[in-house]
Amino acid sequence: MNDTLLLGAVSYDPKVVTIWEGFQQYFAERGLPFDFVLYSNYERQVEAHFLGHIHVAWNSPLAWLQSEQIAARLQRRASAIAMRDSDCDLTSVIVVRSDSGIGGVADLKGKRVAVGAQDSPQATLIPLLVLAEEGLEPHRDFEVVPFDVLLGKHGDHIGGERDAARALLEGKCDAACMIDANHMLFQQEGTLPGGATRSLLQTPLYDHCNFTVLDDAPAEAIAKFRSLLFEMSYADPQVRRLLDMEGLKQWKEGRAQGYAMLDRAICRFGTIDPFVDQVVEKCS
Amino acid sequence: MQLDLGDLTFARGGALLVRRAILRCLPEETLAVTGRASDLAIDLRAWCRGEGHTLLRCEAGPPLDAVIAAGPAVRQRWQGAERAGGMDTIHPHPPRRWGLAARGALVEAGTPEFRFALDDKLPVWSEDAARLYAQAAAAQWDPATAVPWDTPFELPDEVEDAVVQVMTYLIENETAALVVPSRFLAQLHPHFKEVMQLLAIQAADEARHIEVFTRRAMLKRSQLGLSTAGGQASLQTLVEEPDFAIATFLLSVLGEGTFLSLLWFLQHYAPDPVTAAVCRLAAQDESRHVAFGMSHLRSHLAGEPALAAKLMNAVHKRHDALRHTAGLNAEVFDALVLMAAGSWDPEDLAFGYDAMDALLADMHTQRIRRMLKLGFDEAQAEEMSSLHTRNFM
Ligand SMILES: [Fe+2]
Ligand SMILES: [Fe+2]
Repeated sequence: MNDTLLLGAVSYDPKVVTIWEGFQQYFAERGLPFDFVLYSNYERQVEAHFLGHIHVAWNSPLAWLQSEQIAARLQRRASAIAMRDSDCDLTSVIVVRSDSGIGGVADLKGKRVAVGAQDSPQATLIPLLVLAEEGLEPHRDFEVVPFDVLLGKHGDHIGGERDAARALLEGKCDAACMIDANHMLFQQEGTLPGGATRSLLQTPLYDHCNFTVLDDAPAEAIAKFRSLLFEMSYADPQVRRLLDMEGLKQWKEGRAQGYAMLDRAICRFGTIDPFVDQVVEKCS
Repeated sequence: MQLDLGDLTFARGGALLVRRAILRCLPEETLAVTGRASDLAIDLRAWCRGEGHTLLRCEAGPPLDAVIAAGPAVRQRWQGAERAGGMDTIHPHPPRRWGLAARGALVEAGTPEFRFALDDKLPVWSEDAARLYAQAAAAQWDPATAVPWDTPFELPDEVEDAVVQVMTYLIENETAALVVPSRFLAQLHPHFKEVMQLLAIQAADEARHIEVFTRRAMLKRSQLGLSTAGGQASLQTLVEEPDFAIATFLLSVLGEGTFLSLLWFLQHYAPDPVTAAVCRLAAQDESRHVAFGMSHLRSHLAGEPALAAKLMNAVHKRHDALRHTAGLNAEVFDALVLMAAGSWDPEDLAFGYDAMDALLADMHTQRIRRMLKLGFDEAQAEEMSSLHTRNFM
């Protein structure tokens, strides 16, 4: 077991098991002993990573920032070694009803804004940051209506955003925050009927998940892991099945510069401070 | 390439046009997209990311001004794809990986395999399947209107009882004739489309036969007749026969062939117009079932002469298995005699027996004729016909 590369992932959906079983087989067939551990939430996974239980973590953007901050406090180093093509350059939108008379961000003053889970970067933290930077402080200048589905999954579950979109249509709130891909999906599936809504604001670009390693990760196995990831071709039908499930066409080099907005958001809202303190204390 | 989406939103039509345009782009060619709908830029960005395309420029406007460089995934998905045979060429052993794809469709590599047990052309295919299917589709009749249900008639009680008993027997046999092809239908590789369609419509024929025989039985009565252990034992050997060729031979050639004689007999001696009609309609369908059995067994025997011995063995085996059962129950036999006789009058009964003898002789002759057509010699045909189940089906 010692030479087996151990990956941690969060089980936000039953398909996660199928995905990582598939990756395990892919790596095994190419000479990389690989196994995975599933956590029910990202906080558990980040802590386990620092306790040395796993070598690589498939991290949400928030879990990445948690890891980065904990590493800095412990004089260690976290790096993002790979990510999906679909993790790069995302945006979120704030949507209002077409007939609402809300013409600009300032009109949200005193209104009810539906967001996703409290720990969702795309449906809560980043949109609220953008509003705050435009001068509208959440909870003070407008009411935040959270649609928490599965806290600890960092918004990976789509349910919260869909509930927020429904609440908007039903008039239970005045605006709803969601990732751009869901904005398209909700229109296609009819959750947002054509013409009923329009977007008030689109956030700047930001990045999503990455594979995170710490400075003590086994270098050789990690190098092999990376090169096998980058070799995965959408033209290979076996691989394509896995890529389709995981929602990418190809793996990309990891990059850390796409998390600046989220970083500002958690600094401003103090989102992860207690958790970071707790892990640092446990590992010191 | 240039694409203007006009006033279309992306989610409701725009995506379709962009996807189509990207497929038409030459390698390395970029696609410039314009459009006036609001939110186009938001959805276009999300879509390109999901599809693996690169957005080289994206000015939201409106109007939108965007340029897309197509990613390789669209082409990669179809690398290694293959045609599931030709539209009209039947593969001798269609691969499992073609699955449920229409014959001739382009199948993506990595499509899951389906395990269809009947995936050899020789035992299942018949060049007549398409023609017989078309004939069957054109000959479908509506039980509600094809039978003169409302014609008034009154039969002596015992004759009506005889009709009810015969109908009860027919329903049971039609059920076997529905179940047997259906079981094979579910195991057939869909590449053999025409055979699949023919078996399906054959099962639908039997469903209608069950319906009209039931309805005739219940026309004047509130209860059905008898079902015997011997009759069901005979049918069980058909239902449980795992080999397609043997099951077809026993069911379609020998069983339904024998039933053809029976149904025409019933139509002829029917004491009332409703009985005559339901038997005539069923007989017309049965002749197609027999024709298909004959047709694919003929081509199977031509390609595999050793099958003849296997079929003969099967007839012997079935005969041995049923040796100690009663065969056709006495109640059905008596009911047939009474239907032909028309009454308990001794002279009529003598006529009924003569008619019944003639029926059995006709069944035997027809079975022999069909086996000769399949290529068996006189002695073999004679022997197999005499070993055929006394239950007829
Ligand atoms: Fe029938
Ligand atoms: Fe039939």
